Amino acid sequence: MPNLKDLKNRIASVKSTRKITKAMQMVAAAKLRRAQDAAEQARPYTERFNAVMGKLAASVGDAANAPRLLAGTGEDKVHLLVVMTAERGLCGGFNANIAKLAKLHAADLLAKGKTVKIVTVGKKGRDAMRRDYGQYSVGHIDLSEVKRVGYADAQAIAADVLGRFDAGDFDVAKIFFSRFENVVSQIPTMQQVIPFDVTELEQEVDTDSYYDYEPDEQAILADLLPRGVATAIFAALLENGASEQGARMSAMDNATRNAGDMIDRLTIEYNRSRQAVITNELIEIISGAEAL
Amino acid sequence: MADTVQFDLVSPERLLASVAAHEVSIPGAEGDLTAMADHAPLITTLRPGIVRVSGPSGEKEYVVTGGFAEINGTSVSVLAEQAVAREDMTKEAYQTMVNAATDKLANAQDKYVNEPGPVDEAAKLLADMVAIGDHIGLSSN
Repeated sequence: MPNLKDLKNRIASVKSTRKITKAMQMVAAAKLRRAQDAAEQARPYTERFNAVMGKLAASVGDAANAPRLLAGTGEDKVHLLVVMTAERGLCGGFNANIAKLAKLHAADLLAKGKTVKIVTVGKKGRDAMRRDYGQYSVGHIDLSEVKRVGYADAQAIAADVLGRFDAGDFDVAKIFFSRFENVVSQIPTMQQVIPFDVTELEQEVDTDSYYDYEPDEQAILADLLPRGVATAIFAALLENGASEQGARMSAMDNATRNAGDMIDRLTIEYNRSRQAVITNELIEIISGAEAL
Repeated sequence: MADTVQFDLVSPERLLASVAAHEVSIPGAEGDLTAMADHAPLITTLRPGIVRVSGPSGEKEYVVTGGFAEINGTSVSVLAEQAVAREDMTKEAYQTMVNAATDKLANAQDKYVNEPGPVDEAAKLLADMVAIGDHIGLSSN
């Protein structure tokens, strides 16, 4: 039987753990609200952007001289996987789920004889990918200094990816992130960003309004496509931010509840052994008295 | 004929304005233009400049640093790279923008020694930025 002092220390330690997880949960809840707000604020831009993109792509999409960001390089050999995760752990399966999806996809591509290159965003993703796919890693973008992801951060990532594309380093780029469904469910998602996937856009082809373009379609498209990559990455970063906080919130909620259960169990055990000690002492006294 | 258009100004980070407007002046890449109700459908890219909206609720100006605009008979949507209401524009923020444009020009001059295209574009960007400063009285000199 563990002695009373040990049990008491144990209870005290679990209690302080519970305080920490409770605090983390509340912090995550506050951050989640902010992250959701940010995602909400960014939605109008993404929606409109995609609407314009759909119109443009529909009008130049199949032209032979469409920009390479839209039409692709004509090959499908080298795939760049941009794996976006959190900078911190303690958020349940959030990072692991994204990494798992990316690994599955990478294994699938390798089995098909394609070349895989990996860029990671966020420390946790780098650690997870390094174990099995370290040799494919071509870059890492650190966001640990960033308090609140802004469009500039997305632009920096997009610039990195586009630079590699212009250098002919890859044919297809995909981003991996977690889509925020609600607090308890975040769905690891893969999205292709290069070449731009037109089929994913909602095509509201109302041909009755014919658009003028200034400058011409090609020039606008050349201007918009790099922006489209940044926009997609920005949207993914925001979704990721909300997902991370949601995942952390539910993970910490579970941890708090577990700690509570543990304290209850330990307290019962403590009381039992305390009573056992008292009973023992009584028996000793009584048997001592009887012996006289 | 409706005499107002629905004007939306969005940046990637947020929706800045969504109001009814009589006319909207936009710094288009190939020249400024003013959109009123029943404007022909048009998609244009923007250069850095001032978007001016006048509507039933008064006149308002926004500083944009580029992006594009979609105009049709009933609505004007400006999707700006960065957008700030003119009264929120501070000297520091303006200076950051000018510095970014200056850096870009320096980079372009380093990188494309024999290609005037990108250098000219960067120079134009800087000139546009300076013009904004002159307009709103925050010029760096």
